[in-house]
Amino acid sequence: MGVEIAVSGLTKRFGSQLIWDDVTLTLPAGEISVLLGPSGTGKSVFLKTLVGLIRPERGSIVIEGQDLVQLRGDDLYEVRKLFGVLFQDGALFGSMSLFDNVAFPLREHTRKGEKEIGDIVREKMELVGLAGAEGKLPGEISGGMRKRAGLARALVLDPQILLIDEPDSGLDPVRTSYINQLFVDLNAQIDATFLIVTHDINTARTVPDNIGLLYHRHLAMFGPREMLLSSEEPVVRQFLNAQTIGPIGMSEEKDADELAAESGQELPPLPPIPLQLPTSDGTPRRAEREAGEWCRSNGVTPPPGSFASTTAGIVGVDQGADA
Amino acid sequence: MTVVTNGLKQAGSFFGLVVDVAKAVPKRPFQLKEFIQQAWFVASVTIVPTALVSIPFGAVIALQLGTLTRQLGAQSFTGAASVLAVVREASPLVTALLVAGAGGSAICADLGSRKIREEIDAMEVLGISPIQRLVVPRVLATMLVAALLNGLVSVVGVAGGYVFNVMVQGGTPGAYLASFTALAQIADLVTSEIKALLFGAIAALVASYKGLTAGGGPKGVGDAVNQAVVITFMFLFVVNFVISAVYFQVVPQKI
Repeated sequence: MGVEIAVSGLTKRFGSQLIWDDVTLTLPAGEISVLLGPSGTGKSVFLKTLVGLIRPERGSIVIEGQDLVQLRGDDLYEVRKLFGVLFQDGALFGSMSLFDNVAFPLREHTRKGEKEIGDIVREKMELVGLAGAEGKLPGEISGGMRKRAGLARALVLDPQILLIDEPDSGLDPVRTSYINQLFVDLNAQIDATFLIVTHDINTARTVPDNIGLLYHRHLAMFGPREMLLSSEEPVVRQFLNAQTIGPIGMSEEKDADELAAESGQELPPLPPIPLQLPTSDGTPRRAEREAGEWCRSNGVTPPPGSFASTTAGIVGVDQGADA
Repeated sequence: MTVVTNGLKQAGSFFGLVVDVAKAVPKRPFQLKEFIQQAWFVASVTIVPTALVSIPFGAVIALQLGTLTRQLGAQSFTGAASVLAVVREASPLVTALLVAGAGGSAICADLGSRKIREEIDAMEVLGISPIQRLVVPRVLATMLVAALLNGLVSVVGVAGGYVFNVMVQGGTPGAYLASFTALAQIADLVTSEIKALLFGAIAALVASYKGLTAGGGPKGVGDAVNQAVVITFMFLFVVNFVISAVYFQVVPQKI
């Protein structure tokens, strides 16, 4: 289960405006990857490009030996059945109840009877914690519930790839933790390839196997979580630690004067790398690696206090005396 | 320069949509439920206003023609001219304006709000073509309703003309009715229905195109609806002229 997505040389512009240039990365099969970036760097555009909703100017997206950029019409619809996509606001069909929303892909693409469809829908609704809300309309429920219903719909055809657009936008921190836990558990259960687009660094620090950072119209870095969290690269360091010192400014990148003014300032030390979020019942995921493995095999010394807990280095969590 | 290229781009992608819709029409499964719902919806928002508009429209035509025929000394042809004017030109246009104004704007607003809520994207991603699922039933439903409404407008318009001519202008009922077939022929009715079908298709296609390309939040949907109605109206009058011109070349006229 799980499918690898190989993106190479992807370039997208809207008119004369360059969104990102020459993005090359491989989402490893069955692993959770997070795509980060400041607001307005085209993270959502990248996600829509991956499913063929937006056509890039150059580059290729290879899935199971087919280049998605070249596919048209029915072939494209066929490849899309591999995907489950959770849009920012859930993108539920406003005229249908939650049950019909979740049942929709099954009714369209399978020959299952209503009874079987009902069983699958209820199972998925229970998985995302919405049991009992089947009869509600999307307009009658909260944003968090819409998101979870959208997730249930994305899961119903057993996707090989799950793309998730800003799962934490508009959710409180507790619900964000729950939904992150749900992603980790789901990954253990269905082994699909996950790509989560977010700008929440707490999610990025604890959930994924890989992190990518889009910045200044290109992919600044993509690699294993420990590689980015221990990176001294200014952009990566600034973003993953939510600091004002660094090349990212309020509107876009800082100008030369601002950078010169900062040049004497000492950067705060890298915070410790937290443990990766385990599954709720402790069963290991297939893609899971031992904490600190990447650092050891690449001769990188992780910041002191790393891998002590899943909250190490997380902003806003009390670190105790020794951290 | 960008104004020109932008216009060409819009025209190009609109015709792209038209081709996609044409290709999707024979595709199975046909969305019968959506088709019936949409037909019912478009009919329900257009029947009453259409009937109400067509009564004064028929009366105005009768008034103009009644005066004109008297000046020319051809009162006996009032009915004939009235039928020609209503069936050939007025009825398909009135139908189209109302279908575009009431039905088209609703279609555009519906698809536009689905677009900005990412429902259209979600549908694409679920492997379902929004063209086949949403646009084809809407286009066919609007065509059907336009053709049926055209019949209604013709009847109400001619009846309105009769009432006005006979009761207000003092025309004779016999002359009005007897001259019906003096100039009009069955080809007029057929052309009228073809016009109505085409106008219905144009209204639904433009509305769908504008709805599916709406962007920029709720204001974008409002703009899209506005543009859809204006563009449809301009299209209608051009296409109406072309069809009428072709009609006079192709169909031999009586007398």
